[in-house]
Amino acid sequence: MTVMPAKQADKHVSWRGQAESAEADRTSAEVDDAASIKELRSQSRKLLGSMIRPHKKAIAFLCGILLVQNFTSMATPLLVMFGIDNAIPAIRDRGDYSVLIGIAVAFAVVSVVKYVCVRLYIAQSAKVGNAMLFALRNRVFRKFQDLSVSFHERFTSGRVTARQSSDMESIREMTENGVDDLVLAGLNVITITVVMLVIDPRLAAVTLLTFPLMILLGRWFNKVSTLAYRRARETVALLIVYFVESMGGVRAVQAYRREERDRELFAGLNTDNRFAQAKGHQQNAVMSGGMRGIGHLATVVVLVFGGWQVMQGNTEVGVLAAFLLYMKRFFDPLNELVQFYNVLQSATSALEKISGVLDEKVEVAEPEEPRSIDHPRGELRFDNVRFQYREDQVVLPGLDLRIPGGQTMALVGATGAGKTTIAKLVSRFYDPKAGTVSLDGVDLRDLTERDLRENIVMITQENFLFNGTIAENIELGKPGAGRERIIEAAKVVGAHEFIDALPEGYDTHVRKRGGRLSAGQRQLVVFARAFLADPRVLILDEATSSLDIPSERLVQRALRTILADRTAIIIAHRLSTVEIADRVLVLEHGRIIEDGHPNELIDHGGEYATLHRQWEDSLV
Amino acid sequence: MGSERLKTPELSETDDLEPQRSAPARTTALTNLWRIKKYLYPYRFRLALLWTMVLLNIASGLAIPPLVGRAIDGPIADRDMRGLWIIVGFIALLGAADAILQLSRRYMQTTTAMAIEADMRAGLYEHLQRLHTGFHDRWQTGQLLARVTSDLGMIRRFFAGGLVFAITSIGMILIIMGQLVFIEWRLALIVAASAVPLFLIGRKFFKGYLPAARSEQDQSGEVSSAAEESALGIRAIKALGRGPLMAARFEKEAAELRDRGINKSLIASRSWSGYDAIATAAIGAVLVFGSVMVAEGRMTVGDLTAFVMLQLALLWPIEASGWVMAHGNEAMTAADRVYEVFDTEPAIKDRPGAKAIDRSEVRGELVFEDVRFGYEDDSRDILRGVDLRVKPGETVAIAGKTGSGKSTLVSLPSRLNDPTGGRILLDGTDIRDLRLANLRSVVTTAFEEATLFSMSVRENLALGRPDADEADLEAALRVAQAEFVHDLPYGLDTRIGEQGLSLSGGQRQRLALARAVVVRPAVLVLDDPLSALDVHTEELVERALAQVLRETTALVVVHRPSTVALADRVALLHEGRIAAFGKHSELMAQSPEYVDVLSAEFERSTVEEVSA
Repeated sequence: MTVMPAKQADKHVSWRGQAESAEADRTSAEVDDAASIKELRSQSRKLLGSMIRPHKKAIAFLCGILLVQNFTSMATPLLVMFGIDNAIPAIRDRGDYSVLIGIAVAFAVVSVVKYVCVRLYIAQSAKVGNAMLFALRNRVFRKFQDLSVSFHERFTSGRVTARQSSDMESIREMTENGVDDLVLAGLNVITITVVMLVIDPRLAAVTLLTFPLMILLGRWFNKVSTLAYRRARETVALLIVYFVESMGGVRAVQAYRREERDRELFAGLNTDNRFAQAKGHQQNAVMSGGMRGIGHLATVVVLVFGGWQVMQGNTEVGVLAAFLLYMKRFFDPLNELVQFYNVLQSATSALEKISGVLDEKVEVAEPEEPRSIDHPRGELRFDNVRFQYREDQVVLPGLDLRIPGGQTMALVGATGAGKTTIAKLVSRFYDPKAGTVSLDGVDLRDLTERDLRENIVMITQENFLFNGTIAENIELGKPGAGRERIIEAAKVVGAHEFIDALPEGYDTHVRKRGGRLSAGQRQLVVFARAFLADPRVLILDEATSSLDIPSERLVQRALRTILADRTAIIIAHRLSTVEIADRVLVLEHGRIIEDGHPNELIDHGGEYATLHRQWEDSLV
Repeated sequence: MGSERLKTPELSETDDLEPQRSAPARTTALTNLWRIKKYLYPYRFRLALLWTMVLLNIASGLAIPPLVGRAIDGPIADRDMRGLWIIVGFIALLGAADAILQLSRRYMQTTTAMAIEADMRAGLYEHLQRLHTGFHDRWQTGQLLARVTSDLGMIRRFFAGGLVFAITSIGMILIIMGQLVFIEWRLALIVAASAVPLFLIGRKFFKGYLPAARSEQDQSGEVSSAAEESALGIRAIKALGRGPLMAARFEKEAAELRDRGINKSLIASRSWSGYDAIATAAIGAVLVFGSVMVAEGRMTVGDLTAFVMLQLALLWPIEASGWVMAHGNEAMTAADRVYEVFDTEPAIKDRPGAKAIDRSEVRGELVFEDVRFGYEDDSRDILRGVDLRVKPGETVAIAGKTGSGKSTLVSLPSRLNDPTGGRILLDGTDIRDLRLANLRSVVTTAFEEATLFSMSVRENLALGRPDADEADLEAALRVAQAEFVHDLPYGLDTRIGEQGLSLSGGQRQRLALARAVVVRPAVLVLDDPLSALDVHTEELVERALAQVLRETTALVVVHRPSTVALADRVALLHEGRIAAFGKHSELMAQSPEYVDVLSAEFERSTVEEVSA
């Protein structure tokens, strides 16, 4: 359940602000009309099925172990009765110890069998459970990697993390605890029902009358707790989203003394989550009380009815006594099981969330019949490309553009003119709403991810560094490139000097998000990474903004060499970077208003000439 | 090269903040679990009531079977229907009481446990907020997240489930043992003797399971970290097409987690399996000796039957104790992991006797005296004795090459880092003698990389001054040329940040600048605040910013000659010291290093060189 009560929703809007759509942070499967909820249920069942399928044999084996275990558990009281009834008279009457020895041997066997069963079961079930989780984790991770950037922007990293941490944790808890109890209790119910039917069908029938009550109780719990646990999955995700984000931005929190407000907001989410989590458990408490009550009710009814039967001479006292003992053994495990139901419900909700992710349509999908490019020239073409992020705001109304292979083209224009959008379309973060973007005549949508990324690499604005060493971060450009090539790449972009000066050089750990380095240094590392990737088409989106003049100078020089034989799209507000381009495109509201060689445009006296003059002035 | 691993590194040994990778000693783990009592204290009355209910619940559960026995032996055997009704009436009443007790105590148990968990989470969060940025740079968010979610969950589950269960089991075991001794003490000795191997197995279990659980939980944090990082870095990953590589790396982490999980369970499998078997064997032994005793006339059949029946009732609690112990172990490891964070002292905090300062009385003189700074793991300092005096109301620009320590230097006045040597004085007082909260309201820092939160524009703007009114916000937006926010779908109420509209780098930077301006601090520290702006916007911002800077002391990191215009004087940071300090024109004439770093000529010459 993802609908928040109106009051709470309001409270969130006040500080969280209004998102573009209410569905922003959900997978499309999570819309909450009744049909979708049902659909989600069935999807999560299918997912569970697909998780279990590869382990069918192992699970059958586990069930076998549990059957044997159940059998030995049943055997223990029988052996006791048999021993008391037969071994004692044999010794007393005939001095014959053979029966007793037989019993002793039987007990030894039962103990050993129990030992083997429990040991095998725990070891095997851990292997199966962990293997299932391992497969699921990988599936979910890969799915998130496949999903488009726009999905991620909507869904947020916190939620991605929540699905892969706390939801997985819920499922792990289920696989680790109590599946055996569930099966054993099931077996137990069946066995004891049979035994009771054999002992006294009429009394058994009376006992079985409580079944409908139990089913009603179970259905009630199932219904209410499904809602509660779904909501709990949601509140914990919100909590995680907030936690991840505010810990990521802890510098800003501290610098702006935001701690108190931050704590308040977190406390709000924490409390929401606390009540949401508690709700399911409270319902479970009601169910557990109910189950106990039903058990006692059954005892009372059997006692009255059975007592009456005994008085009527229809049944023996011994039979009634035995029957009541079995009844206790019938209800006790069920009472234990109620608690496991909690875990089960929680895991089911988590599974629903995960199946929602796995079923999410990949907006930027791999082609079914990919085409390949053998000798890429790097010619890019936009044919009547239309694009918008939101229905009402067209960013590119219909762009026609041809960038010949090897050309370096700079994009200039005000914020919102569509520069970054063009870059994102070329690197296929998004697909155009209409028209085509093609590389050497092949629609980007017909290229495999591999081919596309081998040929087109973009350096984004964010200069993202991964947890690891500097060398590892550069190496991402071309995994497997040796240390020499990494150093070479760093030298070309002018990063070698500062890296070399670090205490452990290329093996210096950059710390979380590259916190060890300055923004300019991070930018140089990212540059080296892209250089190492050596693509046909290189896109630089504000890739030099944090560099100081000496570094930029080095980068400019490097760019001249790097870009000489490849296609490049440069977005930069520093005209020093723009001027290395062969061609400048001035954009306004997604349309090309000027197009030509930089010098040409300066002479032409249009928008670019004005910008250039301003820049010249700023240098003085 | 170690390309296959991008995980928490083994930093140098001096690095005391690095998450421990070793298992805790058993005693410290227990102590840490015990330390949670601080969070239980506010709930002591509720917990006392809860435990009373638990005990009553056990009593009510145990009272019913004897009554059933009485009913069979009494009224039913005597064919006394009226008597039967009376006893059954009692049973029904007791049963109802038992059910209600069960319901209400479990209700209370779970509600209280959730409340305690939430309190601990809030406490942990508050502590994390206070920890210095150095800590946060080193700890992966996933590891922190695991502590705040799954570890606290484990502790809660133990207190709400395992512990109650353990105590009920122990209670049952004791009661049954008492009954056994009462029936036949010699046979009870056999049962008691079986406790010896149980104890030995349990001890061994603790030794092996604790580190195994710890290593699994640590790895689970690594997996979360990998998931988080790959989500945050999705653009970088996609831009390079490294999805498959990341997936392969993730798979490695996940496989490690799987293996550690299996390893943990294997340890459990080796010990728990003994529990049931030993208890069953003890029943066998009692049966054998008991039968002999009965045959020899030293015991009645009824007593032996009763004895063995009671022993059968012991099976379940003993069997379950393995499970309870595992839970207990996991809770101990979890507590240990949680207290690892709690025990990390914030490196930057108020000194005893720290003074409060009043914003209105601050003149804003900022003096750096022989300030040094170096990372713990680097013997070479980044700052090697910075001396700098910023007069009240003056704007000083900091220039220097990439990596010269500019960003480090400007993180010091608001104490986001503390110098490792020397001191910084604000109006003559060492800033470490001022209250931290106070200091940060006087000194405001805007970082180069704007951190925006997934909140409304308004909330982001008013970050440093929650009481700012509409006019303050508008004024700040004007200064930063960030009026574009009015064109967003919901104006100032639009959600931005990762979760909402994605803004361009320039837009983010302008918002961050506006945010700093809103605070109206006595000392404004700006780390390259205009790097992502285009020339036109930069000019407009500079003009407006000049007004703001006139009223405050300011430190501004600059990369561009254009930004230098904001400053009264410029300090050149070179090799960890202020190599030159003066007016831009003076430095251009006197300092070749300065010319190298900041000469417009170079920027222009670059262009000419390149376009030539």
